Amino acid sequence: MIPARFDYHQPRSVGEAVALLQRYGTEAKVLAGGHSLLPMMKLRFAQPQHLVDINRIDALRGIRLEADTVVIGAMTVENDLIDSAVLQREVPLLAEAPKLIADPQVRNRGTIGGDLAHGDPGNDHPALALVCDAHFVLEGPAGRRSVAAGEFFLGILTTQLAEDEILVEIRIPRFAPGTGWAYEKLKRKTGDWATAGCAVVMRREGDRIGHLRIGLTNLAPVALRAEKAETLLLGGDLGSARLESAVEAVMAVCDPAEDLRGDAEYKTAMAGEMLRRALHHAWARCA
Amino acid sequence: MAKKLISVQVNGRRHEAAVEARTLLVHFLREELQLTGTHIGCETSHCGACTVDLDGRSVKSCTHLAVQCDGSEILTVEGLAVKGALHAVQEGFYQEHGLQCGFCTPGMLMRAYRFLQENPDPSDEEIRMGMSGNLCRCTGYQNIVKAVQHAARKMRETATV
Repeated sequence: MIPARFDYHQPRSVGEAVALLQRYGTEAKVLAGGHSLLPMMKLRFAQPQHLVDINRIDALRGIRLEADTVVIGAMTVENDLIDSAVLQREVPLLAEAPKLIADPQVRNRGTIGGDLAHGDPGNDHPALALVCDAHFVLEGPAGRRSVAAGEFFLGILTTQLAEDEILVEIRIPRFAPGTGWAYEKLKRKTGDWATAGCAVVMRREGDRIGHLRIGLTNLAPVALRAEKAETLLLGGDLGSARLESAVEAVMAVCDPAEDLRGDAEYKTAMAGEMLRRALHHAWARCA
Repeated sequence: MAKKLISVQVNGRRHEAAVEARTLLVHFLREELQLTGTHIGCETSHCGACTVDLDGRSVKSCTHLAVQCDGSEILTVEGLAVKGALHAVQEGFYQEHGLQCGFCTPGMLMRAYRFLQENPDPSDEEIRMGMSGNLCRCTGYQNIVKAVQHAARKMRETATV
């Protein structure tokens, strides 16, 4: 399978890339790691006339700490997240969870920015970004703007990103001391998308939960933050009555699409189970 | 939609070629350079048969454009043996019967080659995770794990000589 013909552009700066997007509008697509876009182009689900390859923009790669914020370049590949000493220390969830994404070869190409900007509810980074209180920096002709992860995802393959904008940075507050985290992803095999996935970030105040974020992967047209379940659990422990009420609240917001991974009822039940596991796992890791 | 001129180093040899932007790396290797050792399997980046080494990392060459490789160094299965002497990973797959039909083998060898540089002394479990982007429908993987262990031992022995 070979994609349809297109004109190939290899900008060396974000400004140059944005200018190309402005010039070609809906005829252009941005090429990041290519592990969603290139298969779609081969299958003719996408037929851009112009491909803007941003792989040679060095400024878009790398991970650094700026005061209390971890800044991740959008073109940083999954294996570089896993290997990052900064992430392992400051936001360990983002060094651990990508091990559950795709496989070693794909993780050498697939980028955090591509995973987010694609807007596929099966992708894992959206829920991870939600629980990390991430902000996304988008750059367009008028300059840069910042969008909270919770406002970025609009629907299947639809985000706040405008046609002439590029996602350039992901900004995440470093975890406070004692933060616990977990990402539980049920999948049939290596490389699969989640049947159900649940991300949790938590802090304890004594025997009570003092901070909690719950994010869900592939359980609705967009990644979900389960705010009602968070509210039910905040200020208490993980006693079974409280836990089960949160499980019910999570299952109530799930709206998964039926596919070969299971029907809606099964996926929703597995969302509850992933929540139980993620909460216990994160609780045990809280200092 | 003019062709683009690229310059790549493949198995130590410099090649310059004009490629169509839509040409995938695997087709460039097989059809332009006649290096047909790299196989085309699923074509959707699942099976790993097309794995090659690109600038020191394993990639699936069916999901990478040749035009993106300008200035890159590529190693394919044809570049593993040196003057007819099998590379340790090839010897491992041969000695431990790490293949039956052989279709997945070029990709397996290229991934094992890079994996053992990332992790020279792996556990069986680490091999299974490290090789998890390569599918084999014949062996059941047991002998592939043994083959990679064989190669790892041989490479460690050679390194200490």
